[in-house]
Amino acid sequence: MKMTGAQILIESLRKEGVEIIFGYPGGQVLPIFDKLYDAPIKLILTRHEQAAAHAADGYARATGKVGVCLATSGPGATNLVTGIATAYMDSVPMVAITGQVKSFLIGNDAFQEADITGITRPITKHNYLVEDIKDLTRIIKEAFHIASTGRPGPVLIDFPSDIQMKEAEFVYPEKIDIRGYKPTYEGHPGQIKRAAKVISESRRPILYVGGGAISSEASEEVYELAVKNDIPVTTTLLGLGVFPQDNKLSLGMLGMHGTAYANHSIMGSDLIIAVGARFDDRVTGKLDEFAPQAKVIHIDIDPASVSKSVAVDVPIVGDAKAILKKLNKLIKKPDTKEWIKKVEDWKDKHPLKFKDDDKVRPQYILQEIYKATKGDAIICTEVGQHQMWAAQFYKFMKPRTMISSGGLGTMGYGFPAAIGAQIGKPKATVFDIAGDGSIQMNIQELATAVINKLPVKVAIFNNCYLGMVRQWQELFYKKRYSYTCLGAGCPDFIKLAESYGAIGIRVTKKSEVRPAIDRALEINNTVFIDFHIEKEENVFPMVPAGEAINKMLDGGLA
Amino acid sequence: MKHTISVLVENKFGVLARISGLFSARGFNISSLAVGETEDPSVSRMTIGVEGDDKTLEQIKKQLNKLIDVIKVVDFKEGEFIDRELVLVKVAVTAKNRKEVLESIESFGARIENAGSKSISIEATGDQTRIKALLELLRPFGILEVVRTGRVAMSTEDKGLKAEGKPEVNE
Repeated sequence: MKMTGAQILIESLRKEGVEIIFGYPGGQVLPIFDKLYDAPIKLILTRHEQAAAHAADGYARATGKVGVCLATSGPGATNLVTGIATAYMDSVPMVAITGQVKSFLIGNDAFQEADITGITRPITKHNYLVEDIKDLTRIIKEAFHIASTGRPGPVLIDFPSDIQMKEAEFVYPEKIDIRGYKPTYEGHPGQIKRAAKVISESRRPILYVGGGAISSEASEEVYELAVKNDIPVTTTLLGLGVFPQDNKLSLGMLGMHGTAYANHSIMGSDLIIAVGARFDDRVTGKLDEFAPQAKVIHIDIDPASVSKSVAVDVPIVGDAKAILKKLNKLIKKPDTKEWIKKVEDWKDKHPLKFKDDDKVRPQYILQEIYKATKGDAIICTEVGQHQMWAAQFYKFMKPRTMISSGGLGTMGYGFPAAIGAQIGKPKATVFDIAGDGSIQMNIQELATAVINKLPVKVAIFNNCYLGMVRQWQELFYKKRYSYTCLGAGCPDFIKLAESYGAIGIRVTKKSEVRPAIDRALEINNTVFIDFHIEKEENVFPMVPAGEAINKMLDGGLA
Repeated sequence: MKHTISVLVENKFGVLARISGLFSARGFNISSLAVGETEDPSVSRMTIGVEGDDKTLEQIKKQLNKLIDVIKVVDFKEGEFIDRELVLVKVAVTAKNRKEVLESIESFGARIENAGSKSISIEATGDQTRIKALLELLRPFGILEVVRTGRVAMSTEDKGLKAEGKPEVNE
């Protein structure tokens, strides 16, 4: 059957199982929007293209499906850029579709023209410019395949509007053959054997697990490896939830704002079993002094992540789930009794602490959110102090419940991501843990949340500061709070929420914290809780930039 | 250390930009680059001269392999490949030294393409040592212009480097 390019796009998306896309209309996507008017695919209209990209990202992280966003050419496309870069850094499967000026106008500085394939080259896994209607179905098929396989990532398709109107037969390809793209899934059997031997012989092993284990749906296998062999587990920010944090083997997050016991444990280990993590600088601290006695087994689907920063003794390239399944069968339980005792000792000596007085402390709020939701919520975050407190004080129990911009650290990510997560998981309780700075970066999405009747709970940790930057200024720049005070000009978040039709709750006393959370959980509408928290509260422990990760500042709490 | 990397890529629009963008984004240095079609017109070969230690080279190869349009990456080993570069040089001459310059060029085996009264344009091909020697030889006379193609390289193994797809990566 002959169809237009726009129709072929919609039909192809349906073939890929897409039900929901996030987007914003404009001149060069008019033919596509015309087809969307009565298509079985639902478009969630955001109020900014950046939010469409973040929402598609949040949807993808919450569900494991490919998130799809759509924007027009020029400014529409460039507004997606931060969202695409965020997804790229955190390996999130996403397909971004942009309109482009008519193909014969490309390169002419036409109205709303931008070279978006050029702009997004370093922040996409791959991208395409549709030059011929005949290539369209192949490109879409390849885009979804590339986005969702191997190390996942965003793929952009730039689609000139004249080709959206051209006609062709609709035949969706069955097979895919990209000669330059053949990700490795099965780990090398010899390497897996070697890893099993190294684990069996280790005395102080530690599992260091990242977001790759979640992409690979390997949490059961991680659990088996840890619990059967008594190996403590620490995770990266993006790995939170891969291993239940109420388990005694859980050490929480490691790194710059990780727990002291996770950092001491990895530094004192004789074997690091890294699964889907990439030894990011926020994790390793000073590289030369990182885990000096440890051998390293590195399981990762991306060969370029292996031995990039930390030298690896046993690299295994492939899918974490497939590899761990085989590995678990080969390990002879190592003797870790002494080690576990030592780790327990660190846990007792250096627990996460905060001053639990009668003030509204952010850590207390997170503990209460955890209790109220029994750890069963999806926690999205913006970026800054609140993000780190969430990572420290909420206990993550299941994969895909921690949704945060880890690699790029994008302020303004959390709220649209929460919208995407709530759409993907309509029955879940979804929180956005926000700061007063971050929430204002995509606050226009109140409209999207309210009109789609999304009961997202936005907990604003309002301290009238860009708190994390202020903390650095306090500690390293002699308290010169240069442009980090947002008190002046801060809106009344209650009135703001109400003006969009959402519910606002203000909390200024500790006694109001839990009732506010409980009330928010009962409201079937978007809720802003404006927590007026202690203004100069800091995130501790903290490893100063460039230090070894066992050299933590404890802020006088320990 | 100097390395010569041969990269087979899809002969498509934008591929050169992907490769050069990768090098600049990750802070890798390209010392020379030559691109051309192979025996298979859907495949181009890029011969890239890079400098770096083993770890950097390893990253360069891995990052190149991650690009979807890259089909194969080979880091040539010393003694297992031949490389050639073509260079055009314009040398200044005077009535006084003209004979000396011509003799030097001739003794080197370079070709004279144009001989004017004030300058002589020559063409030479060779490996890096030979090109360097030629430029050293001509420098005292005054080199007005040098144009180099960048070196191309080919393995001397019996098998050709074919675009049969990326090997399974297993270390």
